[in-house]
Amino acid sequence: MLAYIARRLLFLPIILFGVTVILFAMLQLLNPYERLSLYVKDPSQLRGGKEQLDRLIEKHGLKDSLFVQYGRWVNKSIHLDFGWSETAKTTVLNGFLGRFPATLELTLFAIGPILFFAIWLGVLAAVHHNRWIDQLTRVITILGYSLPSFVLGLVLLMGFYGLLSRHLPPLFGGWFSPGRLSEWAQQIVGGESFHAYTRLVTVDALLNGQWRIFWDALGHLVLPVATLSYINWAGYLRIMRSSMLETLRQDYVTTARSKGVEERLVIKRHARRNALIPIVTLSGFLVVGLLSGVVITETIFGYPGLGSWAAQAALQLDVATVLGLLTFVTILFIVVNLIVDLLYAVIDPRVRLT
Amino acid sequence: MNATETRPSREGLQWALRRLKDALLEILRATRDTLLQLLKNPLSTVGLFLLVIFATVALFAPLLAPPERPNAPYQIPQREIVRPFQAPQGKDVYETTPTPPSANHILGTTQDYYDIYYTLIWGARNAFKLGILIVLSTLMIGVVVGAVSAYFGGWVDEILMRIVEIFLVFPFLLATLVLTTILGRGLDKIVIAFIVFGWPGYARFVRGEVLHVKENAYVEAARAAGAGSRRVIFRHVLPNAIYPVLVLASLDIGSIVLSASALSFLGLIPEGFADWGQLIGFSRNWILGTVQNPLEYWYTIIFPGLAISLFVLGWNLLGDAVRDIFDPRLRGSRSRSS
Repeated sequence: MLAYIARRLLFLPIILFGVTVILFAMLQLLNPYERLSLYVKDPSQLRGGKEQLDRLIEKHGLKDSLFVQYGRWVNKSIHLDFGWSETAKTTVLNGFLGRFPATLELTLFAIGPILFFAIWLGVLAAVHHNRWIDQLTRVITILGYSLPSFVLGLVLLMGFYGLLSRHLPPLFGGWFSPGRLSEWAQQIVGGESFHAYTRLVTVDALLNGQWRIFWDALGHLVLPVATLSYINWAGYLRIMRSSMLETLRQDYVTTARSKGVEERLVIKRHARRNALIPIVTLSGFLVVGLLSGVVITETIFGYPGLGSWAAQAALQLDVATVLGLLTFVTILFIVVNLIVDLLYAVIDPRVRLT
Repeated sequence: MNATETRPSREGLQWALRRLKDALLEILRATRDTLLQLLKNPLSTVGLFLLVIFATVALFAPLLAPPERPNAPYQIPQREIVRPFQAPQGKDVYETTPTPPSANHILGTTQDYYDIYYTLIWGARNAFKLGILIVLSTLMIGVVVGAVSAYFGGWVDEILMRIVEIFLVFPFLLATLVLTTILGRGLDKIVIAFIVFGWPGYARFVRGEVLHVKENAYVEAARAAGAGSRRVIFRHVLPNAIYPVLVLASLDIGSIVLSASALSFLGLIPEGFADWGQLIGFSRNWILGTVQNPLEYWYTIIFPGLAISLFVLGWNLLGDAVRDIFDPRLRGSRSRSS
């Protein structure tokens, strides 16, 4: 066990080194003028003439040897200094901190439906292996894999926001519309009397006793969460199904059955619990995957999180932002990967032996 | 150089050509067997049918939608300017709102008078071109790295697989988005980005296949007979490992086209290029219809949306069945973009 953990921790610096080298190499594809935005904290510095820029390049040593530059860049990144974001009109770090809660909220709301449907339907399909319900989930899964999120999202938006929201009772005003909040709610949230405890709007609204804002925020989350759920649960459903199929073949399940345990309890207590292990460990990746991969979904629904920011920055060639985001997310991924692996070793003794 | 010296090399060439012919025949035979097996399954038959239609459309694009400028067929024509007038910036302005299907534009036009039918036809050709180009070039790197890694093992394997792992750490969509941005946008930049972040997956898979094949007695025999490692890899191991790799990699065309059109949906390719993703990107501006008809611009999203969904569905239906036949290990290995 300790040897496994030690080996994993030993590889960590190697992976980190490799990742930073790749990120740095991508940065070197740009000329020093384009790279400057990563090194300044105040945009007015960039507005000067060519001499001013040349002075900045000199100052930050952007024409020094690659080794020196790499060392300096790593040092800067460790101090979370990723430069100026032209799209956010602030430093990349501040932009990140400002948008992260929105993406986190979307992610937290999406995990529930994804895992619930995946586990429920996966178990159902495995229990009724090769019967019509299994075939049906198979077809739905393939359809889920095939429908691009940008098509599904736009069709949902057209149907619910364009058509349905006109005919809804006033209680549902503002539901299904793009963004994170309606305009009136935004004004209250931005106002002084509203305390931002967690910066997750739904939670803050409840803590402030503003149930109308909570309701509004919820209405804005419905379509993005539906889109994210639909395209993600296909994969998890398959994993759950095959894991359940394998568990149902185990000796202890047969033993439980021959003891005379009711079939319903065999499935619930003996099989499903053990079949859940891969899903539990994978849900760590689900969180990271959602945090990093919501680029399309957030863009469609105009949701002001990290994903839509990345897309916007890419369009405006805001290199500091996209590279900073990629660095954040990749490091996050490495950390979660490590935690999941270590947890796996704790839960499942078989892993330690390999 | 005299004649006697060149003769052996000509014989060598003939021998190589014969080998190539044998290999191609072998692949064709295996393909036919796979196809026959696939046609027994209704789902994969539907998939195959869909792909045959798309391939036909792609192949006959110049006939189905004759390009206005034959040397730039992928540029969507914006002909028949409805209300030409001089804009303040001194540019021609086209009909900016979409127009519904009509005799001249059987699927209607999207914003800026881009013809939807033309874009769908040439978009199909573009999808195949893009998918095949990316899969082939990615695969080539993957095969070399994977084969070398598996064959030599030891520290070579250790180093190469660590590099593979490092590349796999990056979230695919975000990484390709960033690299495309840095390279300066455009379809060619998307292709490069996909190759840079796509080869490690194949390298890992090829490595597994080669390790599997390497255990066979005939590899042992070849080595005992004194064959060098390059000869063993390329003559004995790879030919036996390559078929499942080729099949499974070609099935990735669907998901690769999906990811690439996600980037063009975001606007990372030049405007007016016949690409499904971009066409769907345009329709983002036309979600809301008019007060009288909320779904007025339905055709801007439904037609391109159907095209790409059916294309990807075709590959997935086929892939599902083929993976059952070939290798259950690879199932769901490629994470999809949200």
